[in-house]
Amino acid sequence: MAVGIVIVSHSARLAEGVAELAEQMSIGEVTIAVAGGTDDGSVGTSLDKVIAALQKAANPEGTLVLLDLGSAVMVTEMALEQLDPSERQNVIISTAPLVEGAVLAAVEASAGSTLAEVAEAANNGHEMPKGKPA
Amino acid sequence: MPVTHEDIQHWLLRSAQVLHENSAYLTQLDSAIGDADHGSNMDRGFTAVKAKIANLGDADIGTLLKTVGTTLVSTVGGASGPLYGTAFLRAGMASSGKQSLEATDVVALFDAALEGVRARGKAQAGEKTMLDALIPAIEAGKQVAEQSPIPQLLQTMAAAAEEGMKSTIEMVATKGRASYLGERSKGHQDPGATSCWLILQAFSDTMEAH
Repeated sequence: MAVGIVIVSHSARLAEGVAELAEQMSIGEVTIAVAGGTDDGSVGTSLDKVIAALQKAANPEGTLVLLDLGSAVMVTEMALEQLDPSERQNVIISTAPLVEGAVLAAVEASAGSTLAEVAEAANNGHEMPKGKPA
Repeated sequence: MPVTHEDIQHWLLRSAQVLHENSAYLTQLDSAIGDADHGSNMDRGFTAVKAKIANLGDADIGTLLKTVGTTLVSTVGGASGPLYGTAFLRAGMASSGKQSLEATDVVALFDAALEGVRARGKAQAGEKTMLDALIPAIEAGKQVAEQSPIPQLLQTMAAAAEEGMKSTIEMVATKGRASYLGERSKGHQDPGATSCWLILQAFSDTMEAH
């Protein structure tokens, strides 16, 4: 089983788009669950969606959560508080940039790496080159 | 005279009204330094609160406040959801089983709310957030709780919150969406501190009628 990935975003479309890119790298071998937008589909976050995504991606190898902006951390932490302690310790909230982090995490997870290794790989997202600085 | 559970219901209804009336104003503040949804978020959240508490006629104060908390978390999609949600949940926990509150209970309730917001948002004073209204309010409340009748306590707290809210104008935001504006956030009043003051003022106005 591969480490699971959860994408939390204020935008449903953004979450799905990031998942789409990440899935290209892991091609079905990694569960990537999304929690984007509010319950009624507007911009914002949804505790229920995050809980559902965490449950979908949950597995013995652990879960890495990638998110877009700060308030997504709060709702994710609230969701984790609702899990059992045993489920909660198996989840890491990444501070990596969303897109690069998700793509790197998907690669690492599909190689069968541990949660710690997947989290570290995602952090390399801070250094992924993208053209030259202006 | 203590705060009764009917007073709490009246406070919550008044808050809903005030947040509804000030929805455009809060959104305007949030447009200047945020994502322009604070007014509609708080309006939606407290409209849902109104509906929920209508069925909680005999509930104790703890239950009322916890219900507000869970309602806000599930209806307010921005940062205010987790923040105000946690605030009311903690306030509810601090007033579990109580049918009435003395002045020191009121301060304890708000203190619990404050700790909840701090733990949830990890902000401090001076970062241009709701804490800049809430912290001064609780500090002022603690000073006078032992010797004040409740209307006076709440007036003091609301006045301190108002001053705190105004002090956010000159702050540079280092938390929340406004922090993305950096120095440009200066010169604008924080929407979260504003809604916080409005809610406290609503409590004060509710008890003043006594």
